[in-house]
Amino acid sequence: MSSHYEAPIRKPLVIGDKNFHDVTVDVAAPVEGRANKQWWIVFSIALAAFLWGVGCVAYTVGTGIGTWGSNKTVGWAWDITNFVWWVGIGHAGTLISAVLLLFRQKWRMAINRSAEAMTIFSVIQAAMFPVFHMGRPWLAYWVMPVPNQFGSLWVNFNSPLLWDVFAISTYLSVSLVFWWTGLLPDFAMLRDRAVTPFTKRVYSIVSFGWSGRAKDWQRFEEVSLVLAGLATPLVLSVHTIVSFDFATSVIPGWHTTILPPYFVAGAIFSGFAMVNTLLIIMRKVSNLEAYITIQHIELMNIIIMITGSIVGTAYITELFIAWYSGVEYEQYAFLNRATGPYWWSYLLMMTCNVVSPQVMWSKKIRTSIMASFIISIVVNIGMWFERFVIIVTSLHRDYLPSSWTMFQPTFVDAGFFIGTIGFFFVLFLLYSRSFPVIAQAEVKSIMKSSSEKYKKLRDQEGHNNHSHSDNH
Amino acid sequence: MSNKVIHVLYNDDDILMDAVKQTRAAHHHIEEIYTPFPVHGLDKAMGLAPTRIAICSFLYGLVGLSIATAMLRYIMIVDWPQDIGGKPSFSFIQNMPAFVPVMFEMTVFFAAHLMVITFYMRSKLWPFKEAENPDVRTTDDHFLMEVSVHGDVDQIVSFFENTGAVEVKVIEKH
Repeated sequence: MSSHYEAPIRKPLVIGDKNFHDVTVDVAAPVEGRANKQWWIVFSIALAAFLWGVGCVAYTVGTGIGTWGSNKTVGWAWDITNFVWWVGIGHAGTLISAVLLLFRQKWRMAINRSAEAMTIFSVIQAAMFPVFHMGRPWLAYWVMPVPNQFGSLWVNFNSPLLWDVFAISTYLSVSLVFWWTGLLPDFAMLRDRAVTPFTKRVYSIVSFGWSGRAKDWQRFEEVSLVLAGLATPLVLSVHTIVSFDFATSVIPGWHTTILPPYFVAGAIFSGFAMVNTLLIIMRKVSNLEAYITIQHIELMNIIIMITGSIVGTAYITELFIAWYSGVEYEQYAFLNRATGPYWWSYLLMMTCNVVSPQVMWSKKIRTSIMASFIISIVVNIGMWFERFVIIVTSLHRDYLPSSWTMFQPTFVDAGFFIGTIGFFFVLFLLYSRSFPVIAQAEVKSIMKSSSEKYKKLRDQEGHNNHSHSDNH
Repeated sequence: MSNKVIHVLYNDDDILMDAVKQTRAAHHHIEEIYTPFPVHGLDKAMGLAPTRIAICSFLYGLVGLSIATAMLRYIMIVDWPQDIGGKPSFSFIQNMPAFVPVMFEMTVFFAAHLMVITFYMRSKLWPFKEAENPDVRTTDDHFLMEVSVHGDVDQIVSFFENTGAVEVKVIEKH
């Protein structure tokens, strides 16, 4: 115990009188139990939304992109808005598992598994938009630099849309192996507890024969650390490359050098908000309140507050630079955002993204579950409008007044978006009933230093010995 | 010579660590230790050599960077040096800034995936691999130390019983 000294100021991360076995039982319970009625109701709704989305995509591909509200001036609208929104949401998962690992934040242990799942599932949603916003998606494989019969006709590596292909596919695949490698010890735990031959077989296959040898753990930790070191620049680069879709253009309102860090900050902001939304529900329905504590929610709220402030600073910087530039096109672009026909979306974005995170300065609000839940949803609405504002308001009025127009989405635009939300929740709901939603092996490794039980034991030990330097 | 091993089970990582130190001091050979979670410092206490997987990853990253550079130079500069939007395609360095994102992503891609594959191969992990932990409790809350037996079995058993073990079993290995 003496080897697990921790400053007494730190609050416990695992609440209650839990030992190692209790962690196992609590994490395995949702997987080993049966889904209740509410789960089936929510799952059915999500599945219906997903199928509706499938229908809308089939209609788009079969009929043409003209079924959407995009037009000759506004060529990108809901498609890319939703793409950037989903990619942004995905970023928090990697932030929690990689950046917080590099900073040795022990509180990440209880939330990293679900945050990574959220990453994987939202990047899958995001990846749908670049494919189905194509006029000829059946030729999507042409974006790959594959030797071919056209004299070997290659792709153009100057385009940020091609960089996106590399960024998103690297991001999805690296996140997937990071997540899966971390799952091996937890799948092994489920395998060794399995009572039916079927579950035994399934968890044997997915756990890859993990046996928990000392050498395996040594390599496992090194691999996790190096992957975290690789995933951190990756996560920054991916949203940077996404922002290049706009920043490298010549459109006033898009062509700004602040976009890469500002998009990354926005991604962390919206991603953490989504993690908060999901975990506030999950800790309740999966009985994991002892592990995902109010302290975890508070710490996530603090990150939301910090990144929200960075985003707010970026908004002000953009406005200042637009005025300072002396470029009337850029000045008009911002004037149009604030007072043009889409003023309401700009106002909504400003209110949700700049005002709502600032209330987190109040401890009363950031430690309130209900307030956190509401704000987390408000943030994601705001961040959707941020992308909508950047994309649509910059396009619908730019250099030539004769090509000024408006954008009106159709039900197919909405259907596709609803479909991805449905698909996301289908995946997340299935995940929550078949995967260990808390990295139990990692939580067990911080029990001695950070659980309520051992903290109490240590306090007693300290009082009895009247000294902390008595051993080792 | 009989192929006997002893399985010593513990239910606390601190007791395990002390036991490992005692076992090493008594010159018993630790064959393997199975734990439910990473016990920090266990590899050092056992005297395991450090892993070189990070070095592998660095080399894989260099491979990725080289492949990306060669591919981009060949496609954009050598094979079809076209004018696409006024971008200079006369030499690699002239258009290099536009190649950085892909060069970066491919470096990370190779470093990450080849390292993970190396880890799976070295630790012998794959989808249909049979688990080899001798006791199912070692993925829950027990720590199992496997020690080879030389000489008097009873003496060794009593040695391990004094290290705070919750269970000591003599196993005939074949």
